[in-house]
Amino acid sequence: MIATILNRLIQMAFVMFGISVLVFLIFFATPGSDPAARIAGRNAAPETVAQIRHDFGFDRPLPVQYALLMKRLFITRDLTSFVNRGQQVIPQVIDAVPATLSLVTGAAILWVLGGIGVGLAAAAMRDTWVDRSLMILALIGISMPVFWLGEVMNLLSQSRFHDTWLFSWVPGLGYVPLTEDPAGWAKALVIPWLTLAVLYIGIYARILRANVIEAYSEDFIRTARAKGLSERRVLIRHAFRTSLLPFVTMFGLDFGALVGGAALLTEVVFGINGVGRLTFQALQNLDLPVILATVMYASFFVVAANAIVDLLYAAIDPRMRT
Amino acid sequence: MTEPLLDIRNLSVSFATESGPVTAVQDVSLSVAQGEIVSVVGESGSGKSLSLLSVLGLHDPRNTTVGGTVTFRGQSLLDLPPKQMRHLRGRDIAFISQDPMTALTPVYSIGDQIAEQIRAHERITAWAAQARAVQLLADVGIFAPADTAKRYPHQLSGGMRQRAVIAMAVSCNPALLIADEPTTALDTTVQAQVLDLLRKLRTDYGSAIVLITHDMGVVAEMADKVVVMYAGRVVESGPAAEVFTNPLHPYTWGLLGSIPPLTGTRPRRLPSIPGAPPMVGRVPAGCAFAPRCPARLGVCSTEPPRIGTPGHTALCHLTDSQRATARPTTLESA
Ligand SMILES: Nc1ncnc2c1ncn2[C@@H]1O[C@H](COP(=O)(O)OP(=O)(O)OP(=O)(O)O)[C@@H](O)[C@H]1O
Ligand SMILES: [Mg+2]
Repeated sequence: MIATILNRLIQMAFVMFGISVLVFLIFFATPGSDPAARIAGRNAAPETVAQIRHDFGFDRPLPVQYALLMKRLFITRDLTSFVNRGQQVIPQVIDAVPATLSLVTGAAILWVLGGIGVGLAAAAMRDTWVDRSLMILALIGISMPVFWLGEVMNLLSQSRFHDTWLFSWVPGLGYVPLTEDPAGWAKALVIPWLTLAVLYIGIYARILRANVIEAYSEDFIRTARAKGLSERRVLIRHAFRTSLLPFVTMFGLDFGALVGGAALLTEVVFGINGVGRLTFQALQNLDLPVILATVMYASFFVVAANAIVDLLYAAIDPRMRT
Repeated sequence: MTEPLLDIRNLSVSFATESGPVTAVQDVSLSVAQGEIVSVVGESGSGKSLSLLSVLGLHDPRNTTVGGTVTFRGQSLLDLPPKQMRHLRGRDIAFISQDPMTALTPVYSIGDQIAEQIRAHERITAWAAQARAVQLLADVGIFAPADTAKRYPHQLSGGMRQRAVIAMAVSCNPALLIADEPTTALDTTVQAQVLDLLRKLRTDYGSAIVLITHDMGVVAEMADKVVVMYAGRVVESGPAAEVFTNPLHPYTWGLLGSIPPLTGTRPRRLPSIPGAPPMVGRVPAGCAFAPRCPARLGVCSTEPPRIGTPGHTALCHLTDSQRATARPTTLESA
């Protein structure tokens, strides 16, 4: 087991290295463009450009440039944004991480519980009206754009019904750090959590239902019934347990991507200064150092989430253990 | 005569399909006495599994309707509330599924799966259930049973899995064991071992066994009573000795012709019954076997009568004299 984990970590390091090289090449070695000018941003003074060229070593060979960049990203952490007048990049990313993590983790808990609940209920009552209505609801959840749903929620909770008992507890938009005010943190995030989770509850419930129903046609389900187990036990311990793999795979991908910045729309709608929003602003200003840092950060989460999923595989399915 | 352990009367099973209901099993009757081995034989698709699965309520209730009466120890099974049916399954009537390769849940160890069944029916600690599981594995002839109990289904060979499935089935000392082709997926030596094991179960635990198979060789070796099924109906049933010495139905003749002789020169080819059984829902009117029957008569397009003696019956139009002339010729031509 320890060997597997170590193996996985080394593999992860290699993947991360590969991604960093790729990102570096895309940003700094694209032929026909001057990276120094791009880092400096629009309308930069020639002295700034010259300064950057020297700082990043753009007059030296590519491997040196790469090493210098990685050093500034990970060791000295003094990569600065020129578009934003010398603001340090890494602290910006580090500040944005708790907001994104809070948003995505809370939503993830909701959507895993919701997806399992709805999916299992629909599978257990398949082909009844309960199943059909749940699946229609899930489909509606999937097809609602998150920014639209977010705006509607804001409209309802921030203005239209804000003064009624229903939404009077909702604080203004924005993120409240957990360490400062746990209750405020939760209150500020409840609606963003729900908004972000709705789509995924729909997707996960539908996929889980399909997988469980497929599992029901397996011989071992008949064996489980023939053993005299209760219907609930057959559903949870046999059908659900054996349909977990696709569920976990998807979860790894989605969670990694969202923490990596894919929760952008939710963050923007609810004014949460997370990684997605940071990336979005950096893209608007063509703030290359910030983009670079967020891309590296995002890739780290995607890779890490997948590594964890791989480890979970072995825990879930003995056939995956080697 | 004492009351039979299991008594199936006029069982019918039909499916709701897009093109209306189709009947897959019709008018099946059979009874199993305490400690008896009854063999149900027939070609693939003749409704063997379906009949016995529906007895246990293991069919899909959403598209399957079951008719007739099934009595187990004087208790009617078909209208039993689900909860009571559950207590019966695994404890009083155990079922061994057709394919050992897929019959076990892949994510739990063998020991856990056996213990799960024991704990579904008895108040017993997890530890004691595991110990019992190991003992059961030893009883069915698995070497290193403690080790095997910790293994997962995919780590066992087919023969081992079949033994594990049997160990699980007998874990609560069922009065009746329904074994659906327990040997089909296994090679011949393992087959013989598994059959020995089933016989031993009967002597050790006194369980009655319904043995589903399409291999007349297995029937000859094991059965006290034989039920021959064709296209969802019982075409012949009776004590094994009588069915083997005096088969009434031409389909049974064909099945008997397919056993390789134990002595003498082996024929170059085993005779087989020409043609294929009808599809469910496309069973011809009258005798379903008529299109393939070597002794077919004009009357065979009408519903055949049940003939024979009370213990040994068949569903056939042939009279005794017609049978006496028809049988030798079909054997020669085969
Ligand atoms: N859900 C279903 N819907 C429609 N037809 C079905 C369904 N399940 C089984 N059948 C049909 O019922 C018939 C009887 O099947 P059954 O499994 O009892 O055959 P069998 O005698 O056990 O054959 P085998 O030796 O191959 O196991 C088959 O022709 C099968 O196609
Ligand atoms: Mg079968």
